[in-house]
Amino acid sequence: MPTRVLVPSGVLGLGFDRAALKRGVDNKPDIICIDGGSTDSGPFSLGAGVSKYSRAATKSEWRDLMRARAEAGVPLVIGTAGTCGADATVDWMYDITVELAVELGQNLKIARLYSSQPADRIIAALEAGRIRPLEPAPAISPALLDSLSNIVALAGAEQVQAALATGADIVIAGRTTDTATISALPLLRGDHAGGAWHGAKIAECGALCSTHPTSGVIQVDFDADGFTVEPLAETAACTPHSVSAHMLYENSDPYQLYEPGGYLDVRGARYTALDERRVRVEGSRWVKGTYTVKLEGARVAGYQTTILAILRNERYVKGARAWVERLSAFLEDEIRSRMGLEPGEAYTLEFRLIGVDGALGGQENRVGDPVEVGVLGIVTAQSQAEAAEIGKLINPFVLHYPLTDHEELPTFAFPYSPAQSDRGALYEFALNHVMELDDPMSAFRIVVTEVAHGPAR
Amino acid sequence: MARLGDVVLKVRSKNAGPFWVTVDVFCGSPEVYAKVVPALVTGEVAALYRVEPQHLKRFDIEDLSVIKFSLPRPVVQGSRDDRDMHGAQWAVLLEEADVRV
Repeated sequence: MPTRVLVPSGVLGLGFDRAALKRGVDNKPDIICIDGGSTDSGPFSLGAGVSKYSRAATKSEWRDLMRARAEAGVPLVIGTAGTCGADATVDWMYDITVELAVELGQNLKIARLYSSQPADRIIAALEAGRIRPLEPAPAISPALLDSLSNIVALAGAEQVQAALATGADIVIAGRTTDTATISALPLLRGDHAGGAWHGAKIAECGALCSTHPTSGVIQVDFDADGFTVEPLAETAACTPHSVSAHMLYENSDPYQLYEPGGYLDVRGARYTALDERRVRVEGSRWVKGTYTVKLEGARVAGYQTTILAILRNERYVKGARAWVERLSAFLEDEIRSRMGLEPGEAYTLEFRLIGVDGALGGQENRVGDPVEVGVLGIVTAQSQAEAAEIGKLINPFVLHYPLTDHEELPTFAFPYSPAQSDRGALYEFALNHVMELDDPMSAFRIVVTEVAHGPAR
Repeated sequence: MARLGDVVLKVRSKNAGPFWVTVDVFCGSPEVYAKVVPALVTGEVAALYRVEPQHLKRFDIEDLSVIKFSLPRPVVQGSRDDRDMHGAQWAVLLEEADVRV
């Protein structure tokens, strides 16, 4: 059965064209799907179990989408709610939804699809040989798994379908693959499987597959042979080039995309312009395999304090590298004698030279002649208190340390007071693995809640 | 010899998950693509990114006039030694490389 999916934007919190959204609702979609996150911004969200987007931006956009859902009378699904899709961020999104239900006077059935994994389950799967490393994967052990602050499994289409089967008006899903919320309904209704996954991948970043990426809203029509994609902003168009080029984006392989239960192969896909703004795609293939779900996990890898000084004096700018090496050796002795700490396990102190090789480090192959150099000192220690203590200890030397013993003490530019800032925990991704499942739902759970707040508007 | 960035339309890089980075060279036309494909020597690109050549995946995508390279990130995204959370600045290494076209 043909299925029309409305995708308001690539992620909730980045904005979309409201006129285009209205056009999408007027086109009578079968479902509205939006992504709520990814690993793009780093391990903090998953490590801490918090959203990286502001609550205010999330709520204002979700309000528009909840209104659009009420008007369209179809399910609204968010995947990877709250950036990382941990249980805590699913509940954060749920709280926002309930608040809005009250404000909008909507009666709702809300399904929460939880993706967080207890360490015990993953340890048991590891011991049963049901965890496989992807390339490249960090080494794991039961002890390491126990140390992770959050583990999530990426749900696929099956788990989203189970949530839809509850009859929910709104599905708030924890971690899902980028594509699963979009592919779920077309697959359930028997549309072309290769087309369902391929169309979902094309639409998952919203209008990024069009000539006007920031316009957000995309509509995909799935059917028995493939899919048709159309941007809904008047200024945007999809072309065979803009659509096919999207398979390059954030993909290490532009032809194959692994999903729970198989992979998508787009080598045989044909992209045809139907008119100036719509593209038809057929010929992609879904290849069934073992049912596995990808795992993501993060853990605390230390606590950090940073300090920033700016060198503007020409002699120091030219000698920045030598200065930092001399300063580092001196500070290592200071920290040893005053705090009894050896660099390595106990702490690390790194100075990065902004203006020299701040972004690329050892890979930088250009030498410039900067006007000034920012010296960013990063302390990583076993506790925040210790990192902060080291930050205070090094502060006066970062400000005044001379290039040679025989010169007046310099004073560099500190941009603020105190010069050092405590960053809190440093999180790191610790899993790049998949877990085999016999039953797709065995690692996920669904909670359904009905909220009644008067007549729907 | 020419700077790759002066020959092609665009070079971009981005994480492909926390463990990979991918670099896309948009040639802009079949003519430029035909010149750049042989000029970009896989071993030299691997050396530029300091990765073993067997770990560098290469895709020559004629339909799009795009050459794509994917490599394991030199440091995992967001780990202590990472300097570029989104991996988007790595593109400059290839953009600024001299190629024989």
